[in-house]
Amino acid sequence: MTSYSLTHENLLKLIVAIAVPGREVYAPQRRGEKTFFAPVADVKAIGFDYVKTAESPKDLLFPKYQKLISFEYKGAELEVNDHAETPPPERVLFGSHPCDAVALQRLTDFFSRDIADTFVAQRRDALTVISMSCTKADADCFCTSTGSSPGDTTGSDILLTPSGEGRYYVESLTEKGEALVASQRSLFGPSAPIDKEACLSKVEKKFSPEEIAQKLAGAFGDQIWNDASLRCIGCGACAFVCPMCSCFDIQDEGSYKKGARVRCWDSCGFSLFTQHTSGHNPRPAQSDRWRQRVMHKFSYQPQQYELLGCVGCGRCSRACPADMNLKEQLIDIAAKVNPV
Amino acid sequence: MQALHQKAQELLESGRAKVIIGYGSGSGEKVRPVFVRNIADAPKLVWDQRCRQNLAVYLAKPEIKKMGMPAIVATPVVVRSIVQLIAERQLKCFELITLVIENAVVSELTDNAALEAYVANHPVVFPPPVKKEIETLAAMSVEERFKFWQDELSRCFKCYACRSSCPLCYCERCITECNQPQWVDVAPHALGNFEWHINRAMHMAGRCVQCGSCNIACPVGIPIALLTIEATRFVEREFGQHAGTQCNSPAALSSFRVEDKETFIL
Repeated sequence: MTSYSLTHENLLKLIVAIAVPGREVYAPQRRGEKTFFAPVADVKAIGFDYVKTAESPKDLLFPKYQKLISFEYKGAELEVNDHAETPPPERVLFGSHPCDAVALQRLTDFFSRDIADTFVAQRRDALTVISMSCTKADADCFCTSTGSSPGDTTGSDILLTPSGEGRYYVESLTEKGEALVASQRSLFGPSAPIDKEACLSKVEKKFSPEEIAQKLAGAFGDQIWNDASLRCIGCGACAFVCPMCSCFDIQDEGSYKKGARVRCWDSCGFSLFTQHTSGHNPRPAQSDRWRQRVMHKFSYQPQQYELLGCVGCGRCSRACPADMNLKEQLIDIAAKVNPV
Repeated sequence: MQALHQKAQELLESGRAKVIIGYGSGSGEKVRPVFVRNIADAPKLVWDQRCRQNLAVYLAKPEIKKMGMPAIVATPVVVRSIVQLIAERQLKCFELITLVIENAVVSELTDNAALEAYVANHPVVFPPPVKKEIETLAAMSVEERFKFWQDELSRCFKCYACRSSCPLCYCERCITECNQPQWVDVAPHALGNFEWHINRAMHMAGRCVQCGSCNIACPVGIPIALLTIEATRFVEREFGQHAGTQCNSPAALSSFRVEDKETFIL
């Protein structure tokens, strides 16, 4: 790791300088009442003063739909296109918060745990992540309870920490980060020592992932799931704004003349998620599906792959039309469920 | 609020209602749906400006239905939804207790006439931003409007929060879930999103009670209610039928009257 300093003015210059043809720069931008990561057309449109974007940046690795293969009959000739052979464009994600970068790392790990997923791996290789430490958090944030923190460097190539007076403390963390700094070296100044902790937002730790996993081991038949999920309306908003939800559905579309195999996001909150062809559904009630969501993130996945399925960004709680609040549910589990 | 707590207690104590579907304190400054089954929990009910979610959506939820007779804390949009559900033979007025609150007085709407009268006295009111969006869209040319929807719908990732938050989206098997044949592409690409939202808007035409719940529910802020509102207003203009106002009114698009316009037939 090498550290530097950067002024706000030079940061904007940096973004302009790295947005060269063939390389897309994504940054948080306001749209209505929400903020989204979107390609930068004008650095003045970049939002710096926000807690979380409405959507996570997972789309950059694992898009909402991804063509895997496609085919077309041209006369008698069958043309088949393997989309894994088309490398994704080079991209820079700017302004992600540490929880977003941690999620990108965990998502990459998840998709490469046995046989690496070519699509995700290619996109990750082509992506450089310049994150911004959090100086603002809200009541739905709980990164510190998921093994992360507002200044976590995991998953970022460069992490900027606002150190006051329009300056940033720059941590260049990877070869990609170093290459990016080297390409615009004149914009960076020498690093001045700072008290990084003092610059960060405070997010109180409410529980530990280990504690939750331990409680969940005996919670399958607990009443807590029924009580909490009565108001759940069974949409997929939580799963689709989640930076870690990785379930997908493979769909074939088109006709026998021209078609594609497409990978689309799916959600365990949907009743159709586990519906069998026979009509039987092993998770018939919404409470079964809500339990699955929490269990998968905090018990099954950590157990199977040593990967926590949550980074505590709180997007699911902010997005929920029925005010299902994951942090509150986990605090409840930590407090009420008896350990095995 | 005290009157509401008292009413809830009475209903539960007498056994007339088994569950009160209402609003309670949520996370932060939010309110959330609550389902009060015990007299001791009645004080959890909240009634103020924040109560906007359309609670009628829970009337069809199997877990809630199992609880027995529901009483529902009804905003005007909830009453409109109930009237429309009655018109569509999904509900009968005596299958639930509809509670309305006016000037801190709680009363029951006990029959179809009372429900209709309440709706007549509480016409559709859009929040100022929605009203402005409707006007902006109406002022656009067809090409501009198409571009507007292309831009907005490209952002949809098909979480179906619009459908799930809608009390009139009660189909047990939605068209988007039928795959033999596959009417609607599953993938959230431009075509798949258009297919889904236009299908939904057509199905909601003349049925949308214009509550705006789908707008509030959309996690990416697509003003999706504008589609179903416009489809419903079109039916209002062409057939003079207003969704959610009459308990015994056959749906304009699935019934025939000799005086119906037939200008669409070439």
